[in-house]
Amino acid sequence: MKRILSFIIIPLLFFKNSFALIEVDITRGNLDPLPIAVSPLHVDVKSENLNDVKIKKLGENISELIEKNFKSTGLFNPLKKEAFVQKPDIAHLKPRFEDWRLIKAQALVTGKVLVKGGKLKAEFRLWDLTAAQEMTALAFTTTPSNWRRVAHIISDKIYERLTGEEGYFDTRIIYVSETGPKNQRVKKLAIMDQDGANTKYLTLGNELVLTPRFNPTNQMVTYLSYFRNLPRVYLLDIETGNQEVVGNFPGMTFAPRFSPDGKKIIMSFAKDGNSDIYTMDLDTRIVERITDHSSIDTSPSYSPDGKYICFNSDRSGLQQIYVMRSDGSNLKRISFGKGIYGTPVWSPRGDLIAFTKVRKGKFYIGVMRADGTGERLLTENFYQEAPSWSPNGRVLVFYRETKSGPKGEGFTAKLWSIDITGYNERKMKTETDASDPSWSSLLSK
Amino acid sequence: MTKSIFYSIFFHIVVILLTALSLPFMARHPIDLPPIVSVDFIQISDKTNIPYAPKARKIIEDVKKEEKRVVSEQAPPAAKAKEKPDRIPLPNEKKEEKELVKKKQNPEEIKPQIRQSSEFEKKELVDTNQIAALIDKAKEEEAIKKDKSNKLTQSSVKNSFATGLSLSEEDALKAQIFGCWSVPLGLPFNENLLVRIKLELKKDGTILKSEILDHERMNRPGQKFYKILAESALRAVRLCQPLKVPPTGYEKWKNIQLNFDPTEMLQG
Repeated sequence: MKRILSFIIIPLLFFKNSFALIEVDITRGNLDPLPIAVSPLHVDVKSENLNDVKIKKLGENISELIEKNFKSTGLFNPLKKEAFVQKPDIAHLKPRFEDWRLIKAQALVTGKVLVKGGKLKAEFRLWDLTAAQEMTALAFTTTPSNWRRVAHIISDKIYERLTGEEGYFDTRIIYVSETGPKNQRVKKLAIMDQDGANTKYLTLGNELVLTPRFNPTNQMVTYLSYFRNLPRVYLLDIETGNQEVVGNFPGMTFAPRFSPDGKKIIMSFAKDGNSDIYTMDLDTRIVERITDHSSIDTSPSYSPDGKYICFNSDRSGLQQIYVMRSDGSNLKRISFGKGIYGTPVWSPRGDLIAFTKVRKGKFYIGVMRADGTGERLLTENFYQEAPSWSPNGRVLVFYRETKSGPKGEGFTAKLWSIDITGYNERKMKTETDASDPSWSSLLSK
Repeated sequence: MTKSIFYSIFFHIVVILLTALSLPFMARHPIDLPPIVSVDFIQISDKTNIPYAPKARKIIEDVKKEEKRVVSEQAPPAAKAKEKPDRIPLPNEKKEEKELVKKKQNPEEIKPQIRQSSEFEKKELVDTNQIAALIDKAKEEEAIKKDKSNKLTQSSVKNSFATGLSLSEEDALKAQIFGCWSVPLGLPFNENLLVRIKLELKKDGTILKSEILDHERMNRPGQKFYKILAESALRAVRLCQPLKVPPTGYEKWKNIQLNFDPTEMLQG
């Protein structure tokens, strides 16, 4: 009897069929900006007053700047402060996560500033609200007048922690400031923070200046200026204001750019209507010829590892982009589309080359892979050119001129930025009209 | 006595028979879905390319001949070559393009005279072998990528048939998580960044326990990107809860594994 029962009951016990684990592949996500709450930084009550900086407002100002930075990326959506429930000081110690989740925030930034002994001490924390834990925290000390850089550095750290790539907020942009009517433009070298603040003019505007480029340490700038009506490449030390002509070339030199190690300048040298690419070692002053061809070779730009150079040349008839080794060997044409390609610039990440393309009277800013595949045109307009990469290789800055009337009226030139996805096109704030931008690397690195 | 033993044996046999017959029906088989039939959408054009039957062909040819004859009798020769006005750029257009190029003040952009390329240059252009140095790397990357995506599709096919969720149930869950997952766009697209999360769910779809399967990798040096991706995946799952799970079959989906693969998104 027991046997019979066991025959019936035991299979019933083991009946629960064991199912294999279900696996679901998630290959897509949303591209909506991440909702983030930036709580005003709490100003410590022990803070001393300073004449030139409003201490009470400091925390608020820093948080506003962080918000502005985030908004400009198109990747974050800073939430409105009116909805915040918790006070900044308490939030910085231990946020009530459920309160912040209520306003649909996914990340929270809190912080504290203290001004003591003429020094500004700032600290911040980034919280993951869904996991209810701290993601990163940092504190640093600087002079109080540097508070804008503090905000930019905090923005960079948070950006890096959330997106996985370096930020680009603590950077500067050098450009050519333009004033006056179109036929009598005054062009000066100008430098500003990436958000348009702290503009400074580096030249007086007596001579025409073009194509300024930073060196890797952001201390030096190489640019083109006219000397006795001949365009020449110059070198300018931003700190000291010293400037000098690069090399002793008999003809005109133009389109200068630093090598990634900052030891060389690569540029074009034109003689008798033919231009080739040359480098000059800044220490030894030795000049080396890289291309030797009867065509016009110009706009050279190094790959970030310094092993390759991209440039444009008309050796195939129309102006196209070419890549070669840094010694001039192994030359290859990489652009094969219809139209004219120019101003190639290698991305700091090394994967892409940005360019200007002209086709059927329209100007395009685009990117392609270093082997010439995957060409994508990001933006199209009546006149725009000279792309320059943000230090993380995510954003391009370029300049765009608006159409002017027959007498030159209504003419403006402005700096614009665009994400390499082709989204988030934005006009940058500049004091005057601007052209030929060049983005610095991260200052705090 | 013997009578009662007889009854007992009889009823036991009946009970055993009943259970033996009914038990197989109680077993829960995985839902047997009909195999997927792939359907190709074909545009039907106005003209068919099916060959005419011989008889019909003859008739049609006859009719065509007759038509031709009629045309040649009435119409003037129609052999005039068509003009292609769109091929020749309008003078205005040309002018505009020239003006635009002139406008550039940058000497980099001085428009060079168009030269004929020499034989040597042409040779260079055609010889694509030497690009290999640059392209090879890209090719390798692509191969790895392809390999990975193949693996993924295989696993998803396996899912829908062998395990519990039906295709529509799986799609509903996927669509829900797609909406919650903010992909960190700065991640490199050519690295293996697959994050596998194992979840234990309650009946209402809320999460009882979540576990990143390759958890140690998060804290390894040089795995910054993996950590950021894993965190974003965890955020997505937590944000999404309660997950959209089927109303029945709790045992089937009580434990579920989500494979977050951003490759497709990052390649853009």
